[in-house]
Amino acid sequence: MKKLVTILLMVFFAVALFSVTAFAEGHTIAMIVKNVGNPFMDAAGRGAEEACKELGNNFIFQGPATPTVEGQIEIIENLIAQKVSAICITANDFDALVPVLQKAKGNNIKVVSFDSAVAPGGRDVHVNQANAELIGKLQVQAIAEMIGYEGEIAILSAGATMTNQNTWIEYMKEELKDPKYAKMQLVTIVYGDDLRDKSYNEAMGLFKSYPNLKGIISPTTVGISATAKAITDAGLIGQVKLTGLGLPSEMAEWVHNGACEAFFLWNPVDLGYLASYVASLLCDGIITGKAGEEFSAGRMGDYTIVEAVDGGTEVLLGPPFRFDITNIDEWKDIY
Amino acid sequence: MMQKSTQLEKKVLSLRLRGFRELGIIVFIIVISVLIGIRNPRFLTWSNFHDILIDTAALSVLSVGMMLVLVTGGIDLSMESVLALTGMVAGMMVKQNPQLSPFFMLILGLLLGGLLGSITGLIVAQGRVVPIIATLSMMYIYRGITFIISGGKWINAYEMPDSFKAIATGRWLGLSKLIYIVLAVYLVFYYFVNHTHTGREIYAVGSNKEAARIIGINTQFITWLVYAISGALSGLAGVMWVARYASAQNDTASGFVMTIVAACVLGGVSITGGVGTISGILLGSITVGIINNALPMIRVSPFWKMALQGLIILVAAIVNIAIARNMEKSQLKRRVV
Repeated sequence: MKKLVTILLMVFFAVALFSVTAFAEGHTIAMIVKNVGNPFMDAAGRGAEEACKELGNNFIFQGPATPTVEGQIEIIENLIAQKVSAICITANDFDALVPVLQKAKGNNIKVVSFDSAVAPGGRDVHVNQANAELIGKLQVQAIAEMIGYEGEIAILSAGATMTNQNTWIEYMKEELKDPKYAKMQLVTIVYGDDLRDKSYNEAMGLFKSYPNLKGIISPTTVGISATAKAITDAGLIGQVKLTGLGLPSEMAEWVHNGACEAFFLWNPVDLGYLASYVASLLCDGIITGKAGEEFSAGRMGDYTIVEAVDGGTEVLLGPPFRFDITNIDEWKDIY
Repeated sequence: MMQKSTQLEKKVLSLRLRGFRELGIIVFIIVISVLIGIRNPRFLTWSNFHDILIDTAALSVLSVGMMLVLVTGGIDLSMESVLALTGMVAGMMVKQNPQLSPFFMLILGLLLGGLLGSITGLIVAQGRVVPIIATLSMMYIYRGITFIISGGKWINAYEMPDSFKAIATGRWLGLSKLIYIVLAVYLVFYYFVNHTHTGREIYAVGSNKEAARIIGINTQFITWLVYAISGALSGLAGVMWVARYASAQNDTASGFVMTIVAACVLGGVSITGGVGTISGILLGSITVGIINNALPMIRVSPFWKMALQGLIILVAAIVNIAIARNMEKSQLKRRVV
């Protein structure tokens, strides 16, 4: 009996291992996200897959279970071994992925970073959501309007090493230097690591350590919804205002109960679509990733590659979208 | 005759020591609370204490399950995944059927978690796979199933009925309902561990498995049972967790298992088996809760927080051991006189 079970198990694994589906013609484009099972990342994956279907490419979607650099490195090593044509990645660290991505480029794999960039040395081009400056600025303007340009504010971010978070926060600080915000003070920046329990605790901690806190900016999807829940639980709706970057599906409840009046996000489906389209054009040699190159990206229209502040090049998706009580219900079932 | 009396003396002594063993952790809780209170007086308010208890609710329930497994000399790494899977199932169910009663959901959590735990238990008890490997595999399998059944999607706050979310936000006589759930679990297991045959047999298996088998204890059944219980409690904690954060994610509580082990060890549970008390792990869980609650309140850089967290756990463990040893020494001295 035991032998039979053992044999059956072995057969099962053998079948599982060899049942890898054969790929069709075209490039194989792999998308690596920060972590799997994150609705924002899944939406980007849907967009990338859509572009792949249009262009006749194969699509692989992967990501570590938790948002770590180590997990991403492992996946990239695997993809190099599989000889994919291009990698689209949203990085968990700006610098740490460069060596392994250079190895990928050495193996003639095109590298496109999107959402969260890798250093210029590790990529061909970056597909950015929107101008980072604009993203930072919009959030500061929104919170300023909510609190009447006066009082203490805090930022609740994701990981302390995440490129996109840090760039936006830099621009928020930049924007806050404008004299019209003179009566607003940024008292602290805390990190919830995109974990719900930790983000919630950090938000609760903010209320208790800064009793005069008027507003929180949380430029991360888990952070903003955990903060909204904390504001609700602490009975601070109306006293502590909240804005940031969030998913309509997660934020619907909190927009309706008043914990968050308005927040922003770009369309992750479009972002994934554009990243995958750019990757395909790189594989075809139509573009090389140099500044000034112009191209047309299917349903998204025409784009130009521009110089990025980090010294590399990038493509900008467009301005972020504002969600509030007037439009949240149209979007909450979409992503 | 002589032998019998020394044995009796030993027993009394060990009973006393058990009481003292928890003194270390109590001293630590008081000291750390005062220190944090000096830095931020709002830490020492009733409302914050209540928050700590709510924050600790899921952890305290999980520690009971982990303790029973640790007492048998095993470890259950799959708890966090059972929590996530049960939480996801609960979330999906209330999304489809908002009229389901919260009480039913809690019972369902216990049952589903118990089922998942019994599978793990069978693999350890019947299949004789080393606990750390068996539960590590089940940790990945259950996490994977969570992704599969949810299709990678989260259940969001607006998709959950208010009655379900009220498991965590609702109050009864001024206390959160979560606290009553924890109380019920602790009362049941205090009785089970200290006053039932099966409960005592768990310790016997953990202290000396061979001896336990020889005196007629069904060691296989006991081993299976502790994993089934830890599964059931993880399931219960899963429903509590999802109701509390009003969100069911695929990566819920990812990496949380280490926190559970830490709470148990701080509470005096030995990872080599045989030792552990219900009152100890309650204090251990509260210590971890205090650390998690206090760190965001003391206004230090986030990088220091991480290092501090480790340092505090280490100091807590050392204080705990030092006081236990001192007590033991003074007890021994008294015995000589």
